[in-house]
Amino acid sequence: MFDIVLLGLNHKTAPVELRELLAFSKEEALTVLQNLQKCTDVNEVILISTCNRVEVLLTTSNIINAVDSVKTYISEFKKIPISKFEAALYVYDGEEAVRHIFRVASSLDSMMIGEPQILGQIKNAYLTATLKKTSGVILNRLLHKTFFVAKRVRTETGIGDHAVSISYAAIELARKIFGNLEGKKVLLVGAGEMAELAVEHLIRNKVGEIFVANRTFERGVELSNRFKGSAIRIEEIPDCLKVVDIIISSTGSPNFVIVREQVKGVMRSRRNRPIFFIDIAVPRDIDPDINRLNNSYVYDIDDLKGVIEENIKDRDKESIKGERIVDEAVISFRKWYESLGAVPTIVALRNKIDTIAKTEVEKTLQSLNHLVDNDREAICRMTNSLINKIMHDPTLFLKNNECHGARVTYIDLTRKLFKLDD
Amino acid sequence: MEIVIIFTIFFYLMSTAGYFAYLFLQKNYLNRVGYFLLIAGFLCNSAAIFYGFLKFGHIPVHNLHETLILVGWSIAGVFIIFQYKFNLRILGVYVAPLAAIVMVFASQVSSEPAQIKNIVNNFWLVFHIISIFIGEAFFILAGGLGFMYLVQEHTIKAKKHGFFFRRLPSLELLDTAGYTCIVVGFTMLTIGLATGLVYAKMVWGKFWGWDPKEVWSCITWLLYAALLHERLAAGWRGRKAAIMAIVGLAVLLFTFFGVNFLLKGHHGEFTSL
Repeated sequence: MFDIVLLGLNHKTAPVELRELLAFSKEEALTVLQNLQKCTDVNEVILISTCNRVEVLLTTSNIINAVDSVKTYISEFKKIPISKFEAALYVYDGEEAVRHIFRVASSLDSMMIGEPQILGQIKNAYLTATLKKTSGVILNRLLHKTFFVAKRVRTETGIGDHAVSISYAAIELARKIFGNLEGKKVLLVGAGEMAELAVEHLIRNKVGEIFVANRTFERGVELSNRFKGSAIRIEEIPDCLKVVDIIISSTGSPNFVIVREQVKGVMRSRRNRPIFFIDIAVPRDIDPDINRLNNSYVYDIDDLKGVIEENIKDRDKESIKGERIVDEAVISFRKWYESLGAVPTIVALRNKIDTIAKTEVEKTLQSLNHLVDNDREAICRMTNSLINKIMHDPTLFLKNNECHGARVTYIDLTRKLFKLDD
Repeated sequence: MEIVIIFTIFFYLMSTAGYFAYLFLQKNYLNRVGYFLLIAGFLCNSAAIFYGFLKFGHIPVHNLHETLILVGWSIAGVFIIFQYKFNLRILGVYVAPLAAIVMVFASQVSSEPAQIKNIVNNFWLVFHIISIFIGEAFFILAGGLGFMYLVQEHTIKAKKHGFFFRRLPSLELLDTAGYTCIVVGFTMLTIGLATGLVYAKMVWGKFWGWDPKEVWSCITWLLYAALLHERLAAGWRGRKAAIMAIVGLAVLLFTFFGVNFLLKGHHGEFTSL
């Protein structure tokens, strides 16, 4: 019987310098998978490599040998001494390995709980393994179960519900104010990575025209070309406030770029349509008093951070539900896994044939009322010996080591052939 | 008759439970359950009114009991139509218990019809009553939406994103929905008042009798007219519009109940106990 083993390192156990050294590209993964399968005692194998983790999932009949040979292989392949990464490695086997892969795919083990990319990365890792045919009965089943669990966790809990990055949090707020962002006009004041990211998110939400104001006009033109918007001069901002709905500000100015009076002045010509200021700059660009005006809303960087912190707390709370779903799945996987032993399969098969024979014999005997008890017993005896004869060869085949290491495959086949898993 | 009312109350209460479960658990099927239970209650409610119509041969609004049944019916009915258009699920948390409460009150007050003098039952009267009630139901929705707007606006301004921030829809949707309710409500109220005038002329020979109900109805009408005018002319939206919708609702409730209980007039019989 094989054991499921998972060894690897992640953002919690290894610093980024080490993770970089050990990460595998897709091309590397193809070679590594093939070579790993040739290692002693490694049966099926899948390699997961993302920027936050490198993990090898395998089945083996000898855990210690398999772990050693994988370590040695990685050390040789990456030309790093084992001692350098051994301390960061964790090794799980059996149920713990199953739980770990479930948690990883459900994003319960991620640096940012609930981030959605990890599931896709594991799917790709699995696809690579199926291309090289290094995953077999056990890992196929395990991975399918993993995808199922991850999907359940995502839909049944709120771990992926609310924004946990500044720019996303700003978009979420804008949606709570404007409902639909389609056609809303945006003004970007200044420049900066976070501000530009927010504008890109807004564009993805199909906002309308985009204006860019910058201290140096050339830079403004450059940015506006990138966003297919139009550049305006800093002095034009007050006029621009009459038409735009969302203002993202990120300048290095020591004073407020937009003050209360300017906004108050334009509200009438805006016909009180709501206006939303996102102030990412430190020191702040937007007068916080503007938030006190009707229909205008100001969020500065600290406010947005506060929103994110709350959302992270929520995700942590939701992750408890996720753990429960994982626990359930681990139990149900264990049941299947245990059934892969030869004895339970033989028992199940015999029971199935027994039941069929008994019902059929009873049916037949009912219509043969003229038989005496002795005859009836004879028929039952004959049925039993039929069953024994039929069961003899499959039992020997599954019990003995005739299957040469592919026993799990045969047992799985038997279970499918006779539909023993209902 | 009694049994139909009890069923109505039962469905409205179950619907309330469904909507509250939806509020806390945020599962979509709970919202659907709440909605269908409300429809079931509405059908029972309609049956009660239809029964009254068959029994008396005219629209049953001859005492507080019957009037309240009609109020519950219009609130539920208007919400069902409104929900179909706007899909503002969370509003059920306001409407379902309201309909339930109104019906519970209706079942508690005496159902002896008051002595009605001077009533000519005709098309104008039915039209008058139905449009006024539907209009008022829309104003009730607008008041609820206004309240939700204020709550949501507060969570956004105070930057405290708790329970309500997640559950309430966007400000824009609340504002537009509230505005729609007021436009429709105002239209219905105008039609209702106009048909009332025609009826008064036919029955009492004069359009306007300075009856307190007439006066207060006129005040309500002017208030909503002012709200609409300001919105169209000066762009009164958001917070101010929400507050006005709530003030409007308060005046409306006074016109409906206060006038009958505190002041005298020819509408008094309809809400007599």
